[in-house]
Amino acid sequence: MEALFAIAIGTLTSCAVYLLLRARTYPVLLGLTLLSYAVNLFLFASGRLVMASAPLTDQGIERFPDPIPQALVLTAIVIGFGMTALMVVLALRAIRATGGDHVDGGER
Amino acid sequence: MNHLPIAPVLLPLIAGSVLLLSTRWSATARHAFSLAAVAGQLATALMLFATVRDGTVLVYALGGWAPPFGIVLVADRLAATLLVLTGIVACASLLYAVARDTGAADPRFHALFQFQLLGLQGAFLTGDLFNLFVFFEVLLIASYALLLHGLTPDRVKAALHVVVLNLIGSGLFLLGVALIYGVTGTLNFADLARVIPALTSADAPLARTGALLLLVVFALKSALLPLGFWLPRAYGAAAAAVAALFAVLTKVGVYAVLRVYPLAFGPQAGELANVAEAWLLPLALASLVFGALGVIAARSLRMVAGWVVLYSVGSLLVAVALFSEAGYAAAIYYTVHSTLASAALFLVVDLIAGDRTTAGDRLDTADAMPHGALLGSLFFVTAVTVAGLPPLSGFVGKILILEASGGHPATALIWSSLLGAALVVIVALSRAGSAVFWRTLARSEGARPLRPSLAALAAPVAILGCVAALVAWGGNATAFAQAVGRDIANPHHYIDAVLGGDQAQPDDRRRLR
Repeated sequence: MEALFAIAIGTLTSCAVYLLLRARTYPVLLGLTLLSYAVNLFLFASGRLVMASAPLTDQGIERFPDPIPQALVLTAIVIGFGMTALMVVLALRAIRATGGDHVDGGER
Repeated sequence: MNHLPIAPVLLPLIAGSVLLLSTRWSATARHAFSLAAVAGQLATALMLFATVRDGTVLVYALGGWAPPFGIVLVADRLAATLLVLTGIVACASLLYAVARDTGAADPRFHALFQFQLLGLQGAFLTGDLFNLFVFFEVLLIASYALLLHGLTPDRVKAALHVVVLNLIGSGLFLLGVALIYGVTGTLNFADLARVIPALTSADAPLARTGALLLLVVFALKSALLPLGFWLPRAYGAAAAAVAALFAVLTKVGVYAVLRVYPLAFGPQAGELANVAEAWLLPLALASLVFGALGVIAARSLRMVAGWVVLYSVGSLLVAVALFSEAGYAAAIYYTVHSTLASAALFLVVDLIAGDRTTAGDRLDTADAMPHGALLGSLFFVTAVTVAGLPPLSGFVGKILILEASGGHPATALIWSSLLGAALVVIVALSRAGSAVFWRTLARSEGARPLRPSLAALAAPVAILGCVAALVAWGGNATAFAQAVGRDIANPHHYIDAVLGGDQAQPDDRRRLR
């Protein structure tokens, strides 16, 4: 379970870094999205991966997951979603204002 | 409970929301409302400052949830100083925006201005790492929109870079937060200060990685080399009133370093003691020198102002990187000085660009300016402040940094970089000044310069007045900066205030392991 989780985060991050280094805004945007997925999973894992337990807590239960990372990750998802939306609009604006989708503006 | 610490968060939130709905108001009403809101925030900041001046730490637990579990806002001397600074710069830049009608293109400008202040003031007040992230995002998303305001191709290009960089920065911030939460089980600054010294040697490397990831993020926000290349172009492209407010924005990164590292990763932090020390000083010296070279290489006045921000952040972080009481004191004084000086520079440069009909802010030979004498004197005073020449506050700040570095192993390097960079900046500013004001052609007929109105002039003059006050009451200001420096170097008072002097060992609490 831990290994699978770690490999998933690693794959997402390496794809994100590759895409972030592209010269067009659309791949960069996808890279940012993948990076935020990786980060959210990582943040979620900081509360430890617990299997076969109550979702939050119950009377007399000893093993239960830490609720704080879940709250943090919800906040992070909301913020990340808003930022991605902004980035999409900005990328479209940049095409209109500079005549191309190169990250340095214009058509290179 | 004293409700004053929440006011700097609520006031801009309410004012910004009202302004969003104000599409049918006349421009005058909107201007009056936002000016009143900003003035109210300055007044609140001053009240808060008066309350905590003697060293009291006001703790506001949202919803009454006791720290370290609930969300807390903490107002101490450091936070209050930065709130007052934000208030002053916000008033001046909004006054300038109103005088130049910067918001004419889009009425939402004023709402965004308030949300920017919400993010800034929240970041200065928050007492835990995750809410620092949240307020960073609030201030960033407002700053993207403010930077874009007007939508010229220059601004769109600069904003694209800023947004991508800062989104990556946010990702790294969350990774750092997750690592630190994973090993310590808390994100409250005061609680971290208590838990981190007790970390086992198996957990310490993870926490160290988290701490250094956070340093990368704070370096990106404060435009420390090698993460500062975005700044001059973005600030140079922004509208003047926005750029002046952005002078505070870089200081949020510096504030975060000052807040987090001495408190949680200070000399008492066991295995993680002084984790930032080895990185911060060389990078700060490099940005200082590089910033000064940028100032001399810039070919327009706005770029000069942009590079000056980079240069001043470099000098400021040199003081922080000493990680000593005197260094913190110098950093506080220099923060206040350099924020005011850069804000004034952006406003004065915009006035000059408006007065030069053909050349704008380019450092070219152009027609003589109709108001050359007045704007020339303003530029002269601002340049003296920025370059750190006596008698203005830059000089005092520089002396404090030089004094604080005495006894440090790298004293010779610090002195030579600081003084050498200052010399380069003096040369660059005198060259820029003579190119703009003296190497001129005869005034051509029919040119219609933008006449600087009284309100537009009042904004930079008010900031320069504060700079002068910083010298006139220099003794008090320095003594206060030293008191703040003592607070930062000895965080026990802060920790006790937040955790209510409850000295329970970290293991007593229920750990979810």
